[in-house]
Amino acid sequence: MDSIGVLLPIPMSPYLEQELEKRFNLLKLWTAPHKTQFIKDHATSIRAIVGNASAGADAELIDSLPKLEIVASYSVGIDKVDLKYCKEKGVRVTNTPDVLTEDVADIAIGLSLAVMRRLCESDRYVRSGLWKKGDYKLTTKFTGKTVGIIGMGRIGKAVAKRAEAFSCPIAYFSRSGKPDLKYKYYPTVVELASNCDVLVVVCPLTEETRHIINREVMNALGPKGVLINIGRGPHVDEPELVSALLEGRLGGAGLDVYQNEPEVPEELFGLENVVLLPHVGSGTVETRNAMADLVIGNLEAHFLNKPLLTPVV
Amino acid sequence: MADDDHSELPTVLVLRRCPFIALLEPKCSQKFNLLKAWDSPLPQDQFLTTHARSVQALLSSGNGPPITAQILQFLPSLKLVVTNSTGLDHVDLAECRRRGIAVANAAKVFAEDVADTAVGLFIDVMRKVSASNRYVRGGLWACRGDYPLGSKIGGKKVGIVGLGSIGLEVAMRLEAFGCSVSYNSRSKKPSLSYQFYSNVCELAADSDALIICCGLTEETHHMINKEVLSALGREGVIVNVGRGAIIDEKEMVECLVGGEIGGAGLDVFENEPNVPKELFSLDNVVLSPHQAIVTHEAFVDLGELVTGNLEAFFSNKPLLSPAVIN
Repeated sequence: MDSIGVLLPIPMSPYLEQELEKRFNLLKLWTAPHKTQFIKDHATSIRAIVGNASAGADAELIDSLPKLEIVASYSVGIDKVDLKYCKEKGVRVTNTPDVLTEDVADIAIGLSLAVMRRLCESDRYVRSGLWKKGDYKLTTKFTGKTVGIIGMGRIGKAVAKRAEAFSCPIAYFSRSGKPDLKYKYYPTVVELASNCDVLVVVCPLTEETRHIINREVMNALGPKGVLINIGRGPHVDEPELVSALLEGRLGGAGLDVYQNEPEVPEELFGLENVVLLPHVGSGTVETRNAMADLVIGNLEAHFLNKPLLTPVV
Repeated sequence: MADDDHSELPTVLVLRRCPFIALLEPKCSQKFNLLKAWDSPLPQDQFLTTHARSVQALLSSGNGPPITAQILQFLPSLKLVVTNSTGLDHVDLAECRRRGIAVANAAKVFAEDVADTAVGLFIDVMRKVSASNRYVRGGLWACRGDYPLGSKIGGKKVGIVGLGSIGLEVAMRLEAFGCSVSYNSRSKKPSLSYQFYSNVCELAADSDALIICCGLTEETHHMINKEVLSALGREGVIVNVGRGAIIDEKEMVECLVGGEIGGAGLDVFENEPNVPKELFSLDNVVLSPHQAIVTHEAFVDLGELVTGNLEAFFSNKPLLSPAVIN
């Protein structure tokens, strides 16, 4: 298979690159001085793209690669891939579900605890020598608080399972209620936000869910409410989030994703009720290796005419 | 003077001011006459001799001062020590037993908050939450790229040292993360399905992480020593929400600096509020200023329990949370 051209737009993982290079003709787009020229030069050999949360395949890229057969994403969220266009053009799309479910859910709880118990802030308090001058202040208990979840897919359910171990009542919003779930369903996000203490965003990013967390929702969540975003930056109206936090209309936020990564609004840097992570939801050695194996597995299956492991389209 | 019954309220002695006492005072002073040793110009011993001879109840803080045999000598009428902590290492229990003084502690009232801190610190160390938060706030994500990968929590073997009310709450939480839980305790708990290790070193050897949830006693002092830390290993993580002195702090710092253990999440230290400064430059260490119980909710619950214990005592009813002292 080593004549099959596979386009890798940005660096993702040394292990993934190494495994791709063993099997395919790996074309690293970021190393090219002129990206458009590079694409033109290799257009006839590129049969696959490996994408991720930041780099996918839009209509323009798909059109410039006439031999493209498959987009294998090193992520579970595929909002950067034009799925409709891929379907039209007969391009297969795969992602990496399941293998990262636990890690992302773990980060949702880790962020909730870090914000409510001020773990990062009090670590800073100790490191700066302030503990010698006095105790840190009272924080807010996490156990028993109501956790509202937007999106009850694999990751949403895993977040619920963990929060339940902290005796947190669970409520959720989803495109449709799931009668087999024993959690309380709210038909609108605003109602969910009004009735929970911690609101976790964990649904896919689509046209419908863009800015699902808007000013109204943040006001409903309120001055004691905490927003946890482990979905995609555009789920949240970011400028509104900044002003809600600065004005105290929202109690706190734990963010793993942003509108325009790796840019993070600097106004948030000075806030003690905010924890900012650099998109590490699936960021463990074990899980990134498992994701890479799944990408390789999907590509191999495709080129051997076998059923794809985790197809989306 | 202070211990003349100028009010009908029963007298409760408090030796030192602390945030908890300050929060408790409004409610407490409606039901009790708080005799505050720190308010007096007299040195403590003299104050006690002059004013506290008929005092029957003492409200103590886990932060000190220790209730020593020496102090108890000045309190011949004392029948009850109520402490705001679960830990009793600051109370001379043998002397209390000898003098027929009952002791009430905080029992399980903030077991959940402590467990939340333990799990929060554990996730922080494994997934580098505080370190990568610093990275983002330092503006480094844009110029240096992605933060180094953390370590998956699911499937890890966690050894809990001390399976009392706090240890149990930690175990329940970690099970939901897909961890397999084992423990070391003074005695095996036959009703629980977690694997028991009678030897903490063996537990460490078989664990990816140790979470210290036990009390500080003569037996547990420096129980986590170099041998245990070596058994835990280069990838191993330790979290301490018990007492600083359960771990040989000097050894632990050397192990962390030398890369002989993988990381640590610490809420307690041997000589608070002093923290070994070698730890400040380590990104695989998360430091917390003994605040596992310091939530609004815990203080409300604790206030009710402490007041409840005092009320029960003064009305000759059974204490709500008597500590077993043997």
